[in-house]
Amino acid sequence: MDSKSTVKLEFSKQPKPLLAIKDSLLMVKRSSTHIIRNRDQLIGTFFQPIMFLVLFTAVFNAVGLALPKGIDYLSFLMAGIIVQTVAFGSTTTSIAVANDLQRGIVDRFKSLPMSNLAVLNGHVISDVFRNGISTIVMLLTGLLFGFRPNASFSEWLVIIGILVIFTLAFSWLSAIMGVLAGSVEGVQWMSFLIVFPLTFASGAFAPTDSLASWIRPFAENQPITHVIEAIRSMMIGTPIGDHGWLALVWSIGIIVVCMPVAAYLFRKKTIKV
Amino acid sequence: MPSNDAIVVKNLKKSYGKNSVLKGLNLTVKRGTMVALLGPNGAGKTTTVRIMSTLLNFDGGSVSIEGNDVKSDPEAVKSMIGLTGQSAAVDEILTGRENLIMMGQLYRLTKKSAVARADELLREFDLVKAGGRSVKTYSGGMRRRLDLAVSLIATPPVIFLDEPTTGLDPRSRLAMWAIINQLKAEGKTILLTTQYLEEADQLADNIVVIDGGKVIAEGTAKELKAKVGRDRLELTFAKESQLKDAVKALGKSVIDNDGRELTVTVMIADTNKDVKAALTSLEKAKIPIASMAIHKPTLDDVFLSLTGKTKKSAAPKAKKGKK
Repeated sequence: MDSKSTVKLEFSKQPKPLLAIKDSLLMVKRSSTHIIRNRDQLIGTFFQPIMFLVLFTAVFNAVGLALPKGIDYLSFLMAGIIVQTVAFGSTTTSIAVANDLQRGIVDRFKSLPMSNLAVLNGHVISDVFRNGISTIVMLLTGLLFGFRPNASFSEWLVIIGILVIFTLAFSWLSAIMGVLAGSVEGVQWMSFLIVFPLTFASGAFAPTDSLASWIRPFAENQPITHVIEAIRSMMIGTPIGDHGWLALVWSIGIIVVCMPVAAYLFRKKTIKV
Repeated sequence: MPSNDAIVVKNLKKSYGKNSVLKGLNLTVKRGTMVALLGPNGAGKTTTVRIMSTLLNFDGGSVSIEGNDVKSDPEAVKSMIGLTGQSAAVDEILTGRENLIMMGQLYRLTKKSAVARADELLREFDLVKAGGRSVKTYSGGMRRRLDLAVSLIATPPVIFLDEPTTGLDPRSRLAMWAIINQLKAEGKTILLTTQYLEEADQLADNIVVIDGGKVIAEGTAKELKAKVGRDRLELTFAKESQLKDAVKALGKSVIDNDGRELTVTVMIADTNKDVKAALTSLEKAKIPIASMAIHKPTLDDVFLSLTGKTKKSAAPKAKKGKK
């Protein structure tokens, strides 16, 4: 190669799979930098969970729902609102993917000898970090308002595990929405149509058996309800039933389906029209 | 390397559905030279560049970059080329320096090399001060410079510049030209697309004019201009009697005289000699000139003379290409 550079350039000669992992790590660093430097989004990350928690507790407490014996509404709501925030928050992935597609940077990435999945990996994984921060903020706020979970240490580890896998699942789903929507505006209505019903027609804010009968079959069997019930029962010490493994199966299933689909659609949308 | 040709494009065809964009394009760029692909909007310039840089599939023909076939070995081609497109392909939120380092690492440079090379490029492209700022805050010219710097990070021998100065102000355009000339001096093979005849004229060794997906002319700027028509000297006078005297004095070099506007047009081949000669003969005849101007052939003239039609985008203001 011709080089008038006075810098002696050295190329990494690592095996391909290792380079692909490095590409993804570089993209995680890029996406995380985006999140940190986007002040509006950062404010949302911290304050949206606080706002939701305070408002929902105040409003629904007044309604007086039929809750399991000895459970106050805050303790009931906690798991629901964490999962809801994660589901809403994963829209960030859609927006980041749509943004990339609208800009010239996709051409740059394509003309590089890098792995294609890395761009999506970057957005999805950094989204897990961001959602992790939101969740911690929410838990701390809950504690401040009198939430007293009685999960054991090992139960907390399971809760964290389920949340991370669920966040990954939703972020990959969001990545698909981002590719399909192709613009930030498109993402907004798409997430409204998909994420909104999924989170509200669930056991997030009220026990599913208190919901209207036509919506109950859906609410009782959809993935978000299983994730919420699994986390809730571990936090407040009620029997977990089938929710634990169903939450995991659903989340892993969504990842297994959505990851290759997102990668395929992204490639199709960006390469070789 | 098999030959002296860095870029060889043979009978390239590409259509989108029924809309045929490239209809058998042929192009050769010798190693270490700069070729300008000149043409109006929609001529197929960007499509050609995107195909050559592996970003786009094509329907027929072949493209080889430094002996590597674009279709069968895109990875080898990618490692040979740097691409600077019309929209700056850089990350808006990262700083200029972060962009360079990240792209360097994605080009498989080691972290240390990527950092050293990034700092070197920031110096070369006059972006040292801006290097720590988010790209969002950059002007159009700075963005293009950064974009070009990014494409050079792994010192590729072949560079594609797709309309590198479109939309830039005159000062940024000059800065870009200086950088492009520097790259040429370093021995890079450069393919440049442009809508501006002047730009092709200033930078390129060879100009390929395309329209409707085909090459309609090629040659040096000089050769093309000779085909198109030469520079024209336009002399305007205050009175009609002076105009008549001037036409007589200037003799057969007059190609046009417009009675109403009191202007004569003189075809000039050698700016120095012919303008001097025209002015001398007017001085001898003691005819005062009200105003004078030299007109260079424009892209419109090129298209008018080569295709018999003016380019679509500038039809109303097109110059009358008098022969």
